[in-house]
Amino acid sequence: MMTIKEQQDRIIEDFEVFGDWMEKYEYIIQLGKDLPLIDPKYKTDDNLIRGCQSKVWLHAELTDGKLVFTADSDAVITKGLVGLVIRVLSGQTPKDIAEADIYFIDAIGLTSHLSPTRSNGLLSMLKQIKLYAIGYQAKSLQN
Amino acid sequence: METTTAEHIIWQEQDLVRNEFPILKQTVNGRPLVYLDNGATTQKPVSVIRSMQEYYTTYNSNVHRGVHTLSQQATAAYEAARHQVAAFIGANHHEVVFTKGTTDAINLVANGFRKDILKEGDEVIISAMEHHSNIVPWQLACEEKNAKLKVVPINDKGELEMDVFRSMLNPRVKIVSIAWVSNTMGTVNPVKEIIALAHEQGIPVMLDAAQAAAHIPIRVHELDVDFLALSGHKLFGPTGIGILYGKESWLNKLPPYQGGGDMIKHVTFEKTTYNEPPLKFEAGTPAICEAIGLGAAVAWASKLGIHRIQAYEHQLTEYAIAALKAIPGLRFIGEARHRSGAISFLVGDTHPSDVGVLLDQQGIAVRTGHHCTQPLCDRFGIPGTVRASLAVYNNTEDIDRLVEGVHKAVTLLG
Repeated sequence: MMTIKEQQDRIIEDFEVFGDWMEKYEYIIQLGKDLPLIDPKYKTDDNLIRGCQSKVWLHAELTDGKLVFTADSDAVITKGLVGLVIRVLSGQTPKDIAEADIYFIDAIGLTSHLSPTRSNGLLSMLKQIKLYAIGYQAKSLQN
Repeated sequence: METTTAEHIIWQEQDLVRNEFPILKQTVNGRPLVYLDNGATTQKPVSVIRSMQEYYTTYNSNVHRGVHTLSQQATAAYEAARHQVAAFIGANHHEVVFTKGTTDAINLVANGFRKDILKEGDEVIISAMEHHSNIVPWQLACEEKNAKLKVVPINDKGELEMDVFRSMLNPRVKIVSIAWVSNTMGTVNPVKEIIALAHEQGIPVMLDAAQAAAHIPIRVHELDVDFLALSGHKLFGPTGIGILYGKESWLNKLPPYQGGGDMIKHVTFEKTTYNEPPLKFEAGTPAICEAIGLGAAVAWASKLGIHRIQAYEHQLTEYAIAALKAIPGLRFIGEARHRSGAISFLVGDTHPSDVGVLLDQQGIAVRTGHHCTQPLCDRFGIPGTVRASLAVYNNTEDIDRLVEGVHKAVTLLG
């Protein structure tokens, strides 16, 4: 299993081959379309992260000390980006996730998707993932 | 025909008009900027930017206070701006209250009604196409007073159902507050008729003119409207400033909104007497520079002529609608017979936010989302729309770029 840093570096490397914005977004859109990300039973209002622009559903589960995320979005570009975030963070330990520095979105030139204006789904999702991680980390310390 | 001549002049002048907006001369993501988000905020002409720079460079000072020269200059400019805005909407200057914007103006009125007028069982009428800023203040007031918020429905084209509106009017209704122009669909509501019908039953009317001010001539006295709100930044002026127009009798009747300096006549710890309107509603140091900027903005728009702006935008809107219609799978949200240049659409089953992201990559600024009209989007069962909203500095090239951009976005998403 690659570390969070290795996963991010791999994505940054993948994105280096794209010549222009169209190729980049074509890839993200394809990613969004290809990923069956979430079990429909988890697409509940409880798991819904409302952004002004698009909806994101996020489900977290702790398995063998690793935090596994599944997610979906009603917008395909958001879904593709969500897929990338999950590739980086899902299956890692709560501690590693809580402490992770997420730099790949900036590095692949998609920072605009994280702009805090009217909280778009992606930024809210990243926050939620961190909250889950911190929550599970606290829980494991108690036990 | 007189109007044809006027339109013709503007078409010829268009390059000159556009030239006065420095921000438009830039590239975004490698392409010349196409700014079609005027419903959110308009850009500012050089004259507005200069007026604000001049204020801070040469006569920044507090208003209504000092005997010194700069303070007198600032006060004169601030009050001159009030006169300019009053002339722009056909009002007397003492009927124009400077506010932070439309939202603030609506809150001012809703707060006054909550305190002194609304009682249990009363009703307030709004419409299904309102911006959240013309929903929530009334909702808060109604909740507190156990009054009812009634909503005029719309048809599938996005027009008010006037028959229903007529049937909703009754003596329990204390105010009708309605958008002049829908920010999401561009529908221009029959405000004259709305006001006449409400007045027949002695009910006052407030108009949210945020989306009308830069596009439609406003004559408040001719309309006989009781209250009208608008925002400076949607009218080529700065943010943080707007106005509430209120009939003199209403401004006298409404209680003060906030307490502080400037709004008082005499203060003792037992009792404060208030200043006359409009100052009664302008507590604290106002947004002086912004008011001066707004004055310059309405001067700019008046010089060009709002009638001519309206005629030009009407043609450009028709051009845009015809061009967008040719895109396979595109449907408009809002197809009112009387409309302005806020054009909402969806293409096939693409998500508006995806289309917006891909347009931005091509240097095209549109708004996507629910446009702060969630109940309206629910009415149509949609997550939001892509909205292109025009202003006088837009041209057919902008529209052509938009159409090309949507094509490209849909191909990528397809």
